[in-house]
Amino acid sequence: MLHIVNKSPYEKNSLTSCLAHALKGGALLLIEDAVYGATKGNVAEGAIRRALADLPVYALGPDLEARGMQGNVIEGVKVVDFGGFVDLVAEHRTSQSWL
Amino acid sequence: MAQVAEALEQEQDAQSVVKKFMFVNRKAPYGTIYALEGLEVVLISAAFDQDVSLAFLDDGVYQLVKGQQTKGLEVKNFSPTYRALEGYDVEKLYVEGESLEARGLREDQLLVPVQVVSAQEMAQLMEQQDVIIGF
Repeated sequence: MLHIVNKSPYEKNSLTSCLAHALKGGALLLIEDAVYGATKGNVAEGAIRRALADLPVYALGPDLEARGMQGNVIEGVKVVDFGGFVDLVAEHRTSQSWL
Repeated sequence: MAQVAEALEQEQDAQSVVKKFMFVNRKAPYGTIYALEGLEVVLISAAFDQDVSLAFLDDGVYQLVKGQQTKGLEVKNFSPTYRALEGYDVEKLYVEGESLEARGLREDQLLVPVQVVSAQEMAQLMEQQDVIIGF
């Protein structure tokens, strides 16, 4: 399953809740304000680093760039463009958006 | 909502198979429109004879609390609708125990019979679905 989160970890618990339900074999994609969760020093960094042991974590490049966060991404988080977003959706049997 | 109905219709036309739909409710009832809209979509999907289940976690568990009175707010109290779901063959209501506990709620404070599951069990249920729609 592809888990998609679009809210900042400071605004909502979507990322925390998502990580509590993401199983091995799944993947996590951070888009829109959720890309702040993919950056070093943010409140969710520890959770993202732990999650990386079990599942790949992706962040949407255009959203990182728009926010000036492209140079501060946690090691191991893969940056994808919109085409990569589409590929991820196609590669997984289901996707779930954590609003 | 129209999109969901259309997607359901296409699914059915294409292969006439029953798919497992799970609606994941994570928001409290009256602060936003999500809970009410989610309930509407559940009723639509039930009309298409799909295998529908509802999950309630995080603030979504507040949707099922007994004793909701909305007269003072002058908005529709849609909580009785959860009791009507059974009539639409929507009988799988899963509530996450951790979310209840974090809010000081007990199962007997809920207005419908539910299955209380752990976060881990909820994750497994999600994994079994064909389609997951979050509200």
